[in-house]
Amino acid sequence: MEVYLDNSATTRVFPEVAELMKKIMCEDYGNPSSLHMKGVQAENHLRYAKETMARLLKVKEKEIFFTSGGTESDNMALIGCAFANSRKGKHIITTQIEHPAILRTCEYLESLGYCVTYLPVNSYGQISTDDLCRAMTPDTILVSIMHTNNEIGALQPIAEAGALIKRMNPDTLFHVDAVQGFGKARIYPHKMGIDLLSVSGHKIHGPKGIGLLYIGEKVKIQPLLHGGGQQMNLRSGTDNVPGAAGMARAAELLYQHYDEDLERLCQCKKYFMDGVRKLEDVKINGLLPGKSDGEGTAPHIVSVSFGGVRSEVLLHALEEEGIYVSAGSACSAHKPQPSATLKAIGVERRMLESTIRFSFSVYTTIEEIDYTLQVLYDKIPILRRYARR
Amino acid sequence: MFTAFLIKYAEIGVKGKNRYLFEDALIHQIKFALKKCEGKFLISKTQGRIFVEAEGEFDYEEAVAHLQRVFGISGICPMIYVEDEGFEKLCDTVVGYIGDVYPGCRKTFKVNARRARKNYPKDSMEINADLGEAILNAYPEMTVDVHQPDIMLTVEIREKIYIYSEIIPGPGGMPVGTGGKAMLLLSGGIDSPVAGYMIAKRGVKIDAVYFHAPPYTSERAKQKVVDLARIVSRYTGPIYLHVINFTDIQLYIHEKCPHEELTIIMRRYMMRIAEHIARETECLGLITGESIGQVASQTMNSLIATNEVCELPVYRPLIGFDKEEIVAVAKKIDTFETSILPFEDCCTIFVAKHPVTKPNVNIIRRHEHNLDEKIDELVKTALETDELIIVE
Repeated sequence: MEVYLDNSATTRVFPEVAELMKKIMCEDYGNPSSLHMKGVQAENHLRYAKETMARLLKVKEKEIFFTSGGTESDNMALIGCAFANSRKGKHIITTQIEHPAILRTCEYLESLGYCVTYLPVNSYGQISTDDLCRAMTPDTILVSIMHTNNEIGALQPIAEAGALIKRMNPDTLFHVDAVQGFGKARIYPHKMGIDLLSVSGHKIHGPKGIGLLYIGEKVKIQPLLHGGGQQMNLRSGTDNVPGAAGMARAAELLYQHYDEDLERLCQCKKYFMDGVRKLEDVKINGLLPGKSDGEGTAPHIVSVSFGGVRSEVLLHALEEEGIYVSAGSACSAHKPQPSATLKAIGVERRMLESTIRFSFSVYTTIEEIDYTLQVLYDKIPILRRYARR
Repeated sequence: MFTAFLIKYAEIGVKGKNRYLFEDALIHQIKFALKKCEGKFLISKTQGRIFVEAEGEFDYEEAVAHLQRVFGISGICPMIYVEDEGFEKLCDTVVGYIGDVYPGCRKTFKVNARRARKNYPKDSMEINADLGEAILNAYPEMTVDVHQPDIMLTVEIREKIYIYSEIIPGPGGMPVGTGGKAMLLLSGGIDSPVAGYMIAKRGVKIDAVYFHAPPYTSERAKQKVVDLARIVSRYTGPIYLHVINFTDIQLYIHEKCPHEELTIIMRRYMMRIAEHIARETECLGLITGESIGQVASQTMNSLIATNEVCELPVYRPLIGFDKEEIVAVAKKIDTFETSILPFEDCCTIFVAKHPVTKPNVNIIRRHEHNLDEKIDELVKTALETDELIIVE
């Protein structure tokens, strides 16, 4: 049995999406910038993709910009806004548990003379709006907060943060990295005070190599890529028509059965967590107090620490049984780099190297979870017996 | 501009009546090395020299890089070759050659003609003098120095005429395959690929065995070993890599034997298994990357313990090397970058905090009896499930 529980890493492409993309690549392969019929066909696909994404986010079409993925979206939001607004100030606020696409970009900006505040999180992986309030200065040009944490599934108080920022300084821009959150939660930038929003195609059963950045129409931003002037001169480069169309179709399909799917994901997560708790010495990370069913966290991510088992070994042991997961922290014998997120939420030292992330999708079934639990019940005691002494 | 190579070999030259065997092996290795290069090559052996002639377009840098990896070659002379179209034409060619290879330089030179085809109208001395004159006329800034010339221009008159003056060092050693075959214990580390390279350099064909311990070592760790074997195979030719699943043996030792002796006992079983495969595949010895005192299992006492379990000789070419010296070779042969990728190999998992450094062989043997119940069966299974990967 093959059970793919690594959907936070990437997802299986919906067959309808692959079909549409194949048609575009083999038949409607024109360049939207070309003046002839082939170009027009391609442009129609692109326009439809833009309309769809704008509709799902309840924003204007001209506020949608296609990129090569989440990393480019994050880079463009941070660097583009920092450069365009450096006259107003050089202070940026983000959190300690962001994705490396944000953290490394912030470090880059620091090397250019920008000042970055990294907000701490509590043991559930959430920032406090009080901390945010205290960190804001008249120099703060940008706040960047992730919607859903990719390692533990913690959700941030995005709407509150958006309102707070706009109340304190209407000029401060608010970027949200929704690479893990889009499709799992309803996110409406206009209502939540969000000025920039990053989304990735391959996390929502679309293709790799495509993402989008929502840029509010009043936002001052500079392009990262210069060239042929596509996408209103903000993101040059031949439009990735199959990618954009594929991502939009995937998003459309997700939103068709949004409520039922979400309900099922939550059930899967709860069922899985109940099963995992039957094992001794395990801890599920990032759950809110009193919410053992996972309420208030991402519906598709469960981070579990298995005491006395090295995550890499467990990962490969599960792999032998056809189950694919991620190690909660990228550790190796030669280069120990415990996960910043797990450290930030105060996971015990001995558990840091024993954490596995299970992440579900609309394809995940209860049978798959039963199978996974059974394999865990079989393997964990054996692996514990042979731990390093 | 160069169209051919003269291959010089060092050690083969001193061989006696079986010299042709070494030469044929070298030609075979050269053919194999050039097969992966752009272009077509004609390789011939005449009067104790090997010529590689390019037929049409080829990538000079690539061909030289590949030849530099063929053991047995001491030097590679890039040449041009022309048909014999009279002496005047030859003068033009030689003058053109000097102009192309040494543009605008004011160096001393000497012409060294060799007349293998004795019916050529001029003798060597005449050729030397007349070609020298032609060069001096064309490049007045150059001078002749017959004792220590900057440029030693050799002109060989055979069926065709070959002109060369440069020599690029080769790797030395002996052609792979002339020295038998040995089994390399290949881990993912820095040392074992270097050990394989060094023994192969003496003309030995290499097979390899890797001990895989899923789920404790990952598929990527195995891929890393395959990648290392692939880099080494650029020098040695195809490597038959045996992948042995070692997990159950390792767990069984872990369960039954004192923890500080785990690594030693584990290595004894690795040697036993490697020797078994070696004998089945007609290898004449084992190769390891051990160096005295590098780690607990490589002290002289530990080497006694791992050495005594096999009868075949164990070649340890790095035995007197420091780590830095090994690293230098690893960098030279391009295995270093791959070796340091951070994946666990089966020697690092379960390793004790304080493993024995001076194991007593009698005690080790006694503790190995703890394994009597199941170990033969486990070893048999491991050998039966040997996965063979042909790496080239």
